Amino acid sequence: MNTPLSWIKDYVPDLDVTDQEYRDGMTLSGTKVENFARRDKNLEKIIVGEVLEVEKHPDAEHLVVCQVNTGSDTIQIVTGAPNVHKGDKVPVVLAGGKVAGSAHDDGPAPEEGYAIKEGKLRGIDSFGMMCSIDELGSDVNFYPEADPEGIYIFPADAPVGADAVELLGLHDTVVEYEVTSNRVDCFSILGIAREAAVTFGKEFKPPVIRETGNSEDVNDFVSVEVKDTDLCTRYTARVVKNIRIEPSPKWMQLRLGAAGIRPINNIVDITNFVMLEYGQPMHAYDYDKIAGRKIIVRRAADGDKFVTLDGQERNLDKDVLMICDGEKEIGIAGVMGGENTMITDDVKTMLFEAATFNGTNIRKSSRRVGLRTDASGIFEKGLDPRNASEAMNRACQLVEELGAGEVVGGMIDIKVPFKDLVRIPFEPDRINDLLGTSYSPEEMIEVFEKEDLSFDKDKNEVVIPSFRQDLLALCDLAEEVARFKGYDNIPTTLPGGNAMGGIGLKLRMEDTARQVAEMCGFSQAYVYSFESPKVFDKLKLPEDAPERNAIRISNPLGEDFSVMRTISLNGMLSSLSTNYNRRNPEVKLYELGNIYVPESLPLTDYPDERMQLTFGFYGKGDFFTMKGAVEEFFNAVGMKKKREYDPKAGKSFLHPGRQALVKYEGKVLGYLGEVHPSVCNAYDIKTRVYVAVIDMPSVIEFVSYDHKYEGIAKFPAVTRDISMLVPADVLVGQIEAVFAQRGGKILEEVKLFDIYEGEQVAKGFKSVAYSLTFRAKDKTLEENEITAAMKKILNGLQSLGIELRS
Amino acid sequence: MKEKLEEIRQKALAKIAESDTPDKLNEVRVAILGKKGELTEVLKSMKDVSPEDRPKVGQLVNETRADIEKILEETRNKLESAALDLRLATETIDVTLPGDVPTPGHRHPNQIALDEIERVFIGMGYEVVEGPEIEKDYYNFEALNIPADHPAKDEQDTFYINGEMLLRTQTSGCQIHEMEKGRLPIRMIAPGRVFRADEVDATHSPSFHQVEGLVVDKHVTFADLKGTLEEFARQMFGAETKVKFRPHHFPFTEPSAEMDVSCFKCGGKGCRFCKNEGWIEILGCGMVHPHVLEMCKIDPKEYTGFAFGVGLERIALLKYEIDDMRLLYENDYRFLKQF
Repeated sequence: MNTPLSWIKDYVPDLDVTDQEYRDGMTLSGTKVENFARRDKNLEKIIVGEVLEVEKHPDAEHLVVCQVNTGSDTIQIVTGAPNVHKGDKVPVVLAGGKVAGSAHDDGPAPEEGYAIKEGKLRGIDSFGMMCSIDELGSDVNFYPEADPEGIYIFPADAPVGADAVELLGLHDTVVEYEVTSNRVDCFSILGIAREAAVTFGKEFKPPVIRETGNSEDVNDFVSVEVKDTDLCTRYTARVVKNIRIEPSPKWMQLRLGAAGIRPINNIVDITNFVMLEYGQPMHAYDYDKIAGRKIIVRRAADGDKFVTLDGQERNLDKDVLMICDGEKEIGIAGVMGGENTMITDDVKTMLFEAATFNGTNIRKSSRRVGLRTDASGIFEKGLDPRNASEAMNRACQLVEELGAGEVVGGMIDIKVPFKDLVRIPFEPDRINDLLGTSYSPEEMIEVFEKEDLSFDKDKNEVVIPSFRQDLLALCDLAEEVARFKGYDNIPTTLPGGNAMGGIGLKLRMEDTARQVAEMCGFSQAYVYSFESPKVFDKLKLPEDAPERNAIRISNPLGEDFSVMRTISLNGMLSSLSTNYNRRNPEVKLYELGNIYVPESLPLTDYPDERMQLTFGFYGKGDFFTMKGAVEEFFNAVGMKKKREYDPKAGKSFLHPGRQALVKYEGKVLGYLGEVHPSVCNAYDIKTRVYVAVIDMPSVIEFVSYDHKYEGIAKFPAVTRDISMLVPADVLVGQIEAVFAQRGGKILEEVKLFDIYEGEQVAKGFKSVAYSLTFRAKDKTLEENEITAAMKKILNGLQSLGIELRS
Repeated sequence: MKEKLEEIRQKALAKIAESDTPDKLNEVRVAILGKKGELTEVLKSMKDVSPEDRPKVGQLVNETRADIEKILEETRNKLESAALDLRLATETIDVTLPGDVPTPGHRHPNQIALDEIERVFIGMGYEVVEGPEIEKDYYNFEALNIPADHPAKDEQDTFYINGEMLLRTQTSGCQIHEMEKGRLPIRMIAPGRVFRADEVDATHSPSFHQVEGLVVDKHVTFADLKGTLEEFARQMFGAETKVKFRPHHFPFTEPSAEMDVSCFKCGGKGCRFCKNEGWIEILGCGMVHPHVLEMCKIDPKEYTGFAFGVGLERIALLKYEIDDMRLLYENDYRFLKQF
């Protein structure tokens, strides 16, 4: 919403604030000023001059030398403008002044404007410049009388030496507001003016509307029938005859121009003026084109087509409300009129319409029809039906004042009965309790009355005028008190009472994951939750993989963002790919984010949102680098038992010989491995990539932060190294399982210190060497105890086909 | 005998003086004072000395021994000290060479901002909770006073799964889940991912994060809301930070406000960072609408509350002066390693 400040001052004549004060005051009382712009920015020393003489420049064909009366002086100005004649009154910027724009440059105007100096043009002195409308920072759209190619010419009665900027109405500020959706009344100049009046404690003076119309009766001209009263709660109509189409007066053009609306002619300008002033869109039909002198408001039928006044054909359906005459449709209600009844320059009689339509219906219709107009944008907010007749009468008053036509007496007014005015019990103590303030009831009532709410003393109720649709309950009244007394004036306190803050186990576990990941050199990534369904093929998932049962978004931004992820790897691999292709030499990332597993599809209830801890890296390191990070996480969340790594993970997207499921107490917690080369290829990564995915909901049952000190060993340890010849297909994990089963309590630690396959070892075997440490908590071990334990271990190893190397 | 001892002593002193390493010095010690050393030999010959002279001779021998030991010790100290000086002199390093920095990973700026926010509110007694990202229409809209035909539903450009389920557009639904648990009073924050159908550009992302806050108790006031958020702003942006509350509209709070903080770059004078306004918009807040409380079966005559919502990315972008939101989701290491 853009409004010139001068227009606000029409209704708050005592308003005397600077632009900055206005902006701050309005913003703090709830009408946020987004921006304001002086229209006379960079317009300095510009007066009305009278051209006394025009002579050809002796040395330049396209220049003329003018003598110009500036009121106090006569100065010489050289110009190239083609439209200057003796006797013309023109805007003249004197040397040392400034203009805002350029007649020759279409680009954005410079911040500092253009300084005008004395100078010579082709050898002839020039002491100023005559200005075009563009140089004055405006344009021919808003000053239709201006010559687009030349100097702006004032009417002959413009006083010489006067402030030209003033005459053009440019000593003004255009203010842009952010009006919240609940304040329908503030999508109008009057609504904002009322707010300004209360904000600055000045009197609000809305226009006085007097009776209009001749002795004829509008009912003799037209009848109106509203069939769908659910969509049209009020329809008012008046008729104007003997219309004279002409430009509207300068004052009206200036108002519209400052609000960013191009003046067209008196009738169109009046409807636009009233729409801005009252926030009530109006429409004018050519009365002589209305068949049967009849208006019918009804729904369209499915498949109907209609040509709007912009010449476009629109597809209708049964939920679009139409304005019809006795034979045909003549307008889409609240959106745009029809080409068939639009007014033209030779219109004789017209029908003015001001109606109230169902806002939701207009919003949806305008979207389906594919046409959003200034009018629909206002209607869709849901207007106050009481406002329609006021706007109608204001428009007719302007018609009479402008001499644009003869208004026929009376108004057709079809409406469903108005709703009763809202009454809110006045409970000042509760208002103070909610705000934490101590305003007196009188202070509150003063605020209400200033903004035209009335106080019913007998019933102790605040009566809400119909234009304030946002005020329904006590809390709404509290906001009125708060914002006009000033949010700044409300004290600042902290809530009383005691409360325990903190985080639960899930968040604590995630916090540990971040710490461990970062300690291990992984940096945190954030990725999207939705991705392309092509991801499943990219990851080589089998056709029947459960991950393919993903939740689809019905209105995604595009196919690439259309399914909720069921596996976290795509985000990780995409991020690694980005890094790889930007030549970052080695990158380690981790990510904590949900996957979304539906119970069934289509989705009827909450899916299972499962937090995944995902690691990924390329560069220095291998499978065991990744395994180390995963192990460290389990250690850090207190999972002290041995984790098992099962190579039969069955992950199609991982290297078949370098993948493992991670298990704890037999339960699968996740997987890790080297990414399959063809998957790497699909992600455009030409090096080895390692990933790990931990399913956090599976982990949480084993997590414990309850850690106890075990005591430092007091008795000596005994170490035995064994070197074994192991069949190649036996895993180190199997050997360690034998140690764990057979070593007994006294086996404190096992450490792999060598593993070798090659020339010195028989084919089909590998050499594996461990260091075993034995220790008892309560005594020094005897030799025979260790020998016995070792014997048990060796027997177990034999069953795996393992021999000791000599 | 006395002459003999003096001879040994002189000989020892001469040998000590010749010794230029601790090892050579040790040889001297063994040769003179060792089990078969010259002085030890003298002691062994004590049996030849007359009993009445023995104490005197013994004393002489011991004096000589102590004398030699003392000189040995002094010399060894001197030699060791010289050797140390020599070593230290050769071990000089170039201290301006780069240090061996450990290479831990880096935390994402979103997370750093969230950690800060959580720290502040946990300190004020808030519990951190979470809610579902795929949400029911009821919790995202209806229970927040945004009925089916409300224009705010359009404004938020919702991603729908179907008519009933959607991707939450705000964390405000967490308020409802928390209130429905029926445990009062409530003092919580709920950080989380939200979604809106915005195309990706420098200032928009279809997926971003909010932190919701909710306090419900007896006698909670707008003044409490102001005090709490002012404290939050000071802890987040510095003790000098000033705050400004502007009236605003949210369907689920009344009165409602937006909070601006004084620009932390220019302190409020106005600069390019704050677009010359001196203030930066940080969050939306307000008193929980009584209708929302009622829908959660909380009596608004007995209980009141306040709620607020902070955009996490907005805080991260402002605080770390990141000029393009896309950087937050690309995970380029050259970006991440700066945090």
